[in-house]
Amino acid sequence: MSAELVQFLLAGITLGAIYALVALGFAIIYNASHVINFAQGEFVMIGGMAATAFVDSGLPLPLAAAAAVAAATLVGLALEKLAVEPARNASVVTLIIITIGASILLRGLASLVWDKKIHSLPAFTGDKPIAIGGATLLPQTLWVLGATVVAVAALWWFFNRTLTGKAILAVSHNHLAARLMGISVRRVLMVSFGLSAALGALAGILIAPISFTSWDIGVMLGLKGFAAAILGGLGSGPGAIAGGLALGLIEALGAGYLSSAYKDVFAFVIILGALVFLPNGLAGRRAAERV
Amino acid sequence: MFFRTLLAMGTLALASLVQAQEPIRIGAFLSVTGPAAFLGDPEQKTLELYVEKINAAGGVLGRKLQLYSYDSAGDAEKARAYVKRLIEQDKVDVLVGGSTTGETMAAVPLVEAAQVPFISLAGAVVIIEPVKKWVFKTPHTDRMACEKIFDDMRARGATKVALISGAGGFDRSMRAECLKVASAHGVQIVADESYGAGDTDMTAQLTKIKNTPGVQAVLNCGFGQGPAIVTKNYRQLGIQAPFYQSHGVASKQYVKLSGDAAEGVRLPAAALLIAETLPASDKQKKVVVDYKREYESRFKSEVSTFGGHAYDGLMLAVDAIKRAGGTDRAKMRDALESTKGYMGTAGVVNMSAKDHMGLDLSAFRMLEVKKGDWALVQ
Repeated sequence: MSAELVQFLLAGITLGAIYALVALGFAIIYNASHVINFAQGEFVMIGGMAATAFVDSGLPLPLAAAAAVAAATLVGLALEKLAVEPARNASVVTLIIITIGASILLRGLASLVWDKKIHSLPAFTGDKPIAIGGATLLPQTLWVLGATVVAVAALWWFFNRTLTGKAILAVSHNHLAARLMGISVRRVLMVSFGLSAALGALAGILIAPISFTSWDIGVMLGLKGFAAAILGGLGSGPGAIAGGLALGLIEALGAGYLSSAYKDVFAFVIILGALVFLPNGLAGRRAAERV
Repeated sequence: MFFRTLLAMGTLALASLVQAQEPIRIGAFLSVTGPAAFLGDPEQKTLELYVEKINAAGGVLGRKLQLYSYDSAGDAEKARAYVKRLIEQDKVDVLVGGSTTGETMAAVPLVEAAQVPFISLAGAVVIIEPVKKWVFKTPHTDRMACEKIFDDMRARGATKVALISGAGGFDRSMRAECLKVASAHGVQIVADESYGAGDTDMTAQLTKIKNTPGVQAVLNCGFGQGPAIVTKNYRQLGIQAPFYQSHGVASKQYVKLSGDAAEGVRLPAAALLIAETLPASDKQKKVVVDYKREYESRFKSEVSTFGGHAYDGLMLAVDAIKRAGGTDRAKMRDALESTKGYMGTAGVVNMSAKDHMGLDLSAFRMLEVKKGDWALVQ
């Protein structure tokens, strides 16, 4: 394998891990409510911005990161409580539009609460590149990958081994049946918004040392994460991860071997292709028609 | 309520007594909010600050300045609407503004039709080429930045250059200008890569550049956070060729974001950035140091070249009004066009019928990042 290819793969996996984290957030909320939460990118922004603000105010990095995740989780819960829940009888499309409105609001608030400048976090463990087979890798990339693996493992445990997790899965399969079993759909919604906000914030903190953060990064990251979620099959956890990694690799290899000018085009063409030929995504189960 | 109305009337009456003469109306439309807020915000602050200062010192020709400013939020359509309002309702004597090229170009047909002198604060060459009778501008163009950079590269013996550009308006315009002037300045573009808005990793593009044979220098035409990421990736890949950034990231923020990776990076910038370190013999030193101190002591935030453009715009207008002996529009325009030897934050301005910007390459200083700060390249 040439050093060039290794470098492209490393770049692709780094990008892909970030997209995967954002896509997972989409999947969790979609599962619980069939709503595509377009404010998902704003959680990423809040995580990064809050963490830099806490670090600037003198908190040590681990504490600042924890506080930022907590802050984003609160915002996620508030979004559910104040915007989504009051409209719970509305159609899914209405709810989606509500999340778009919420994302604009959150972006505006962020530019007021913090500022419109670009911020960065110090790398968790230094900036010295690590050489691998002629290619180089930043230590922060390992943090991104490691944290993604841990987050995915924790999510798997949560959904398969805890009652709350199983309740969310039950709701995703059938709202009515889950309610008849005594599961509080309202609580499930709260948990899923909180959880995906926390995941988004984690992604935002992890990438802040590599790609910085500012009040408006949520838009593009949200879009890429959404594309990854579609590619993987909406609502599928493993699909979101596969979709994210695939998208990152397509972008990096496309930019490296074809033309960087059309980098985003490859990604979106593949997604269009997936929608046409694989409407349920890479990991999609055939959605049974509900009669 | 009645009392308040009475009070307002009293204030008005008092004001009209004090201001026996009509104020000079300065119209401004700036991107104070929105994606180009980093341009419009310091511009707006600068205009407010200096209108206040000029008025405190007795105004211009015994008349006070009055600022009419609207936030066009980076939106060309809004800019057009506000310019219409400024001309028709507020009846301004001169227009300063248009933070972005898009907003400026939206205003051009209106000011040409209404025949109002207009000083733009945006960068692109299209604003002054071809020359438009009523349109002037203060910032240097991206073409000048390309020329300055290519000259410096050649002086260091590099003639084979790789470009890596972002997808924004500034990035693309600069890339196009650099491609246009490259051969005239003796350099050859051997690689031309790009990255998207909001991209978080550019190692793929840079690896391609690294593996292009014969690359002697690399130039990043970019704006915002992209260039800082490119800089970090550049060092990560250990590329040895000299690395240049554009004037678009000539701010402390870029150095801070890139950290150690920015060491040795060169870029062209206005003298304002290195105001205090300019040699005392430098003719521009006084104006940039004064502006920097005024701005920083008032707003407690770091000065930017963009605010400097607004300072130049306002001062050029004031200078023209003085020489025209009033606010007759045609006379003001002629006075603006005959501006000679005006020393501003962007450099020395010598306008002519063919050149409505009036700056030359000496307006740019080549800077290098050394120990986290700017150093002047001799």
